[in-house]
Amino acid sequence: MEDHFSSIRYLIISAVIVMVSVFITSMVGISIQEELKGLAKPTLIFLLLFTATGKLFSFVQFIGFFGPIFGIVLGFDAINRERVSRTLSKLLSQPIYRDSVINGKFLAGVTTIAIVLAGIVLIISGLGLKLIGVVPGPEEVFRLVIYLVISLLYISFWLGISILFSVIFRSTATSVLASLALWIFFSFFIGLGSGVVADAVAPISQASQANPEAIVKHAEIQRTISLCSPMNLYGEATSTILDPMRKTTSSIILMGPLERLSISRFQNPLPLLDSVKIVWPDLVSIIAVTFVCFGICYLVFMRQEIRTV
Amino acid sequence: MPCSFGWGDVNVEGQIIIEAEGLTKKYDSQVAVNNLNLQVREGEVFGFLGPNGAGKTTTLLMVLGLTEPTSGKIRVFGLDPARDPLRVKEKVGYLPENVGFYDEMDAWQNLLYVARLNRIPDRVSAEKIREVLEIVELLEESRKKKVGAFSKGMRQRLGIAEVLIKEPKVAFLDEPTIGLDPDGTNRMLDLIHSLSREKNITVFFSSHLLDQVEKISDRVGIMIKGNLVAAGPIDVLAKQKLGVDSGHYTLQEIYMKYFKEA
Repeated sequence: MEDHFSSIRYLIISAVIVMVSVFITSMVGISIQEELKGLAKPTLIFLLLFTATGKLFSFVQFIGFFGPIFGIVLGFDAINRERVSRTLSKLLSQPIYRDSVINGKFLAGVTTIAIVLAGIVLIISGLGLKLIGVVPGPEEVFRLVIYLVISLLYISFWLGISILFSVIFRSTATSVLASLALWIFFSFFIGLGSGVVADAVAPISQASQANPEAIVKHAEIQRTISLCSPMNLYGEATSTILDPMRKTTSSIILMGPLERLSISRFQNPLPLLDSVKIVWPDLVSIIAVTFVCFGICYLVFMRQEIRTV
Repeated sequence: MPCSFGWGDVNVEGQIIIEAEGLTKKYDSQVAVNNLNLQVREGEVFGFLGPNGAGKTTTLLMVLGLTEPTSGKIRVFGLDPARDPLRVKEKVGYLPENVGFYDEMDAWQNLLYVARLNRIPDRVSAEKIREVLEIVELLEESRKKKVGAFSKGMRQRLGIAEVLIKEPKVAFLDEPTIGLDPDGTNRMLDLIHSLSREKNITVFFSSHLLDQVEKISDRVGIMIKGNLVAAGPIDVLAKQKLGVDSGHYTLQEIYMKYFKEA
């Protein structure tokens, strides 16, 4: 019954996340500092600390890629460890409801993730303030809060997946491998698969390369398939929320000359509410997959016979 | 082979606190417990006998509300464990077979955790933990060693301490002496006996070690292939099955007679 905060693996993974995050932000912060020399009161700079890629990758990209590992580490042995150490039947014989066990495991993980994420964002913000000397405005703070909520949901999805596998599999090694296999599938294979399917359904030949509609159709198919991956959903949502200049989640947009002209004339950042409206479908999808995943986990656990528990 | 066993002609004063009626449990097509009818009275030590896989643990799990019966009724203190699990679990203690602990914690911390799960305030639990550790003779080791370093006998005694901390009215002990050496077995049996006699706790314990059951049980139930084939005081069963009076039989003989017939 070791709590998350005192477990070695939690300390190691948290240390890795904090170290990498601070390193990335320092690099980005120093380059922003150089860019800003001579400029007075720059706006919407603070969020660049989180989105600018610098020489390696951005903090947002890092969390998108590495965040699932954090969720998996917190949950892969949540239930089967109790089972293996024969504490689960004893625990369930105490005057607590059976679902308190699974709810408690999930909520403990979610709370831990929230504390770590909030801690990292605060560290980065503090470091950013010191490095670039720009105080974030209220809208930037709200954008960061929304980013935190999206990240919490995203990592909680992976926590739910790993707890589900810990309910299904008796061996902790099997449950961690199954979680990692799913993470690899969603991280790499969905992206590759979406390209292959788009090529098959709407191929771009030499002749159609000049046809913008064919290119957009190809890109739309690829995007639709890639959104099956929570990582892509998360990437789209967070990059739009943290970048007010981004006005769509699509990478390719078909537009006429007048639209292009109006966009070039009005290069203003989007208000927060409009950014939220753009990412709303992604946000709802992330919430849905997280709750569906935990729902399945809950049902499987509640329906398991104690003798197999 | 459904059977019904109450108290027959044995004069017992305690009220019925566990009552099973037509209790059946099936795992897919396999019948683990078949049409069990049983009554256990307050204050008695009830030995639940049977070979491995006879359905003893499944019966215990149903009584505790940890698994739902396929059919039949079970009442513990007049409550249905499947419908009212919390109130039943508040009144009963359970020592599972090969009980597990949080090995990275010491005995005191394990007991504190169980006390908190039972909503015993921390200001009260310290005294209770000390008391139960004294009963099971683990007070000295309770802070010195992690439970992972405990011997099998110490772990079983700590399991009993976890049962006692909630001051149950009934203790369900599943194979409490399994894997213990002779000294550990005797200490455990003495402990179980004293729970009943000194603390007036009804003890329902399952075992397939007949000599141990014979030593401490007021009544026994014999479970074979999911059926309760006999239940009652040992001397009554001896008279019924072997036709002999007290002192001229062993539980082993009675059991084997039922086993061969089943």
